[in-house]
Parts: sequence; C-alpha cells; structure tokens
Amino acid sequence: MAVEPTPSQTVGPFFSFGLLAADASQLVPAGAPAAVSLSGRVLDGEGDPVFDAMVEIWQADEDGNYRPDFGWGRCGTDAGGRYSFVTRKPGRVADPDGGTQAPHVSMLVFARGLLKPVRTRVYFPGEAANEEDRVLSALAEDERATLVAREVGGGLEFDVRLRGDGQTTFFAV
Amino acid sequence: MSIEATPGLERVDDTDAGPDPPYLYPDYRSTALRAPGKPLVLLPHTLSELTGPVYGQDAVGALDHDLTEGHGGEPLGERIIVAGRVTDADGRPVRSALIEIWQANAAGRYAHEVDQHPAPLDPHFAGAGRCLTDDEGRYRFVTVKPGAYPWRNHPNAWRPAHIHLSLFGRAFTNRLVTQMYFPGDPLFAQDPIYHSVRDPNARERLVCELDLDTTVPEWALAYRFDVVLGGPAATPLET
Repeated sequence: MAVEPTPSQTVGPFFSFGLLAADASQLVPAGAPAAVSLSGRVLDGEGDPVFDAMVEIWQADEDGNYRPDFGWGRCGTDAGGRYSFVTRKPGRVADPDGGTQAPHVSMLVFARGLLKPVRTRVYFPGEAANEEDRVLSALAEDERATLVAREVGGGLEFDVRLRGDGQTTFFAV
Repeated sequence: MSIEATPGLERVDDTDAGPDPPYLYPDYRSTALRAPGKPLVLLPHTLSELTGPVYGQDAVGALDHDLTEGHGGEPLGERIIVAGRVTDADGRPVRSALIEIWQANAAGRYAHEVDQHPAPLDPHFAGAGRCLTDDEGRYRFVTVKPGAYPWRNHPNAWRPAHIHLSLFGRAFTNRLVTQMYFPGDPLFAQDPIYHSVRDPNARERLVCELDLDTTVPEWALAYRFDVVLGGPAATPLET
C-alpha cells in the first residue's frame, strides 16, 4: 500500500550536539596510503560563509564498489564556512545504461535556512572519464564547472555556493 | 514541471517538489540567502543514489535511545515516550534505519552555546539520542517533552515544541531530516517552518499522536510518530 512521505524540515541552528558529537570526517586516517583531503567552503547568496552547515558525503571505494562499511562521512562547517574530509578517490561506478560513471562523491548540505538539503556531486579534476560522464556531459559548461573540484596544495577544494553568481549545480532525485 | 529539455537530464522547478517545502520560503527569513535560485537537475538513479551507509547494532549504545539516562540524574520536565515505525513509500518496514534526535529541554533551551534563550539549562539533560529500527521498522525513545522557545525570525516569534529527527533509509536518496511536532499546538499558526510544508495533509504528517496503548501507566505518556521515507525503492547493501 502506497503511503505518503514525511516532509523535510530544516536541521536548524542547534544540531551539532546531536549530529556532530562523533567525528565522522575521516573516511580513512590522514596519511593513509592514497588518502586525499576533500575540503571547501559553503557560501550563501552574498558569498558569506555558512558557518552552521553540515556536509555529508557518500562514495564508492577505490574500485568503484559501494560498500556497507565505507564511503559515508559527515562534517560541520566552521566560522569560515569550511568543511574538511579525508577520504580516497573513488573508482568508476557502473551506470545503469551499461557504461561507467566518472569518479564522483555524492554530497548533501544541511543548514539553517535550508528546509531540505541540497544535493550535489563532486567530480575530480583532470579526469579523462569526466568527458564521457552521462551527468556531466548533459550540463552546460558553466554548470559543469561548479561540480569539478580544484586541486590546491595536494588536496581537493570544492566550494558549495548555495545561491547567486556561480551557484553550484544541485540535483533532484 | 519540466522547464526545458536539456539533452539527457530533465530540469525540475523546485516549487513543484512534492510534500517537501520549497527552498525559498520568504516567511522563513533564513531561506532568502541560502535557497538555491536555479532549477534542479533531475539525476538518473544510479548506484550512487540507490545505495547508502548501513548501520549495525554496534552503531548505537544500549542507553542511547533514553535521553533521561546517563547524565547523573532525572531531567526536569514531562517524561514521554516517542515511538513509531519507519516505512518506505510502499509501506514496507525499513529495518536498521539509524535515527538520531536532538531537542530543547523542558524549558525550551538547547544545550548549545549559540542558544541564548534566557531559560535554564538542565544539568541532567543533554538532549540528543539515537537508535536503530528493528525488523518491523519500529523505534522507541524516552525523553522529556521539549518546551517552546523564541527566535528572531519575526517580531514575537516562537517555535512550537518539536523534536528534530535525522534518518538514514536504505539509500542516500532516502536521507531525511525533519521535525516532529505535538498535537494541537497553538503556536502552529505563526510558525513559518511548519507552514513551509504547503500541503495541509503533508503538514499533518509532522504531528505525532498521543498513543495511550504505548503509554506506560503511572510513568510516561507515549506519542506515536511514524515516518515514511520517500525516494526510490532500493535494495540494501548486503552486510
């Protein structure tokens, strides 16, 4: 019997003691083989840092497999709107059409003022598979550019702009 | 509503997004600078959308579901049980769903440094708990009824009493953060967060019900709050 979904409500400003008590930002220990830092800022429509957001990620392992025991992370933003994960670059994931998708990390951002999370994907710079990725190639160039992380100082930087100029491309599912 | 046909992926107007609130809801002022302004791109359902983290019993402690325990004494306020079932949109139980909750204390104050409401903190109440659903999708928390509290959204603004819930379903697309309200709260009428859910029937699904069957006589009233996780049906990853 079909039943109607429970609607979303904002996470509000006071979630940290409930959701961030345990650090879940390191999917692998810093310094582990092939560990890569994935960090960035969450910015509002005026470019100001969103200091009370929570970022969650979900990704495949380095072989492109989704596993029950790896791939999820959560990090709050600091006063500068920054989040930071340590993870591994995922492999290519199977596409239902029979091809593969370019390596990517799924990301949700929750915050006061977001009545439901925004959903995006982080792709990797300099990745040949990006050219063939079904999602990336269906986007306009400026939309695509918001989804590819930048390599900065050996790590990856990915800013989430919630609104305004250069808004990150967000998805519905 | 489909806005334009971009090769491969449809664009979706956020104002037609089903039971969820829109991103931009001017009565809730904080949405003004944080709501995305562009149409959403409809993602195909790939493994990235149809999988999600899996939790086992080791994810929660034995007392994590009881917010009245573990802080050196009984918190003040009205002890309540909050229990219900988590199902998917086909009515099937979602088992081993991780539910995290957080709330204000009985005086309407959060144990959070940013909360400046001049109401007392309770040294015996931290206000956060977690549990996993059982094989029938059932969960149960013991807590105290949270108080209403003021906020600065508009003059004389007060949030109706509520408990925040965060849930993981079978897939990352089922992820839900919501708020549970109490029946008949006179503050509903002026609360833009509650009213951001525009469909009155959907709004009603955010309100729990007094449940005398689950109430423990001479100990605690129970409220029932069932949660339906939308999104695509998915097969859980095998553990």
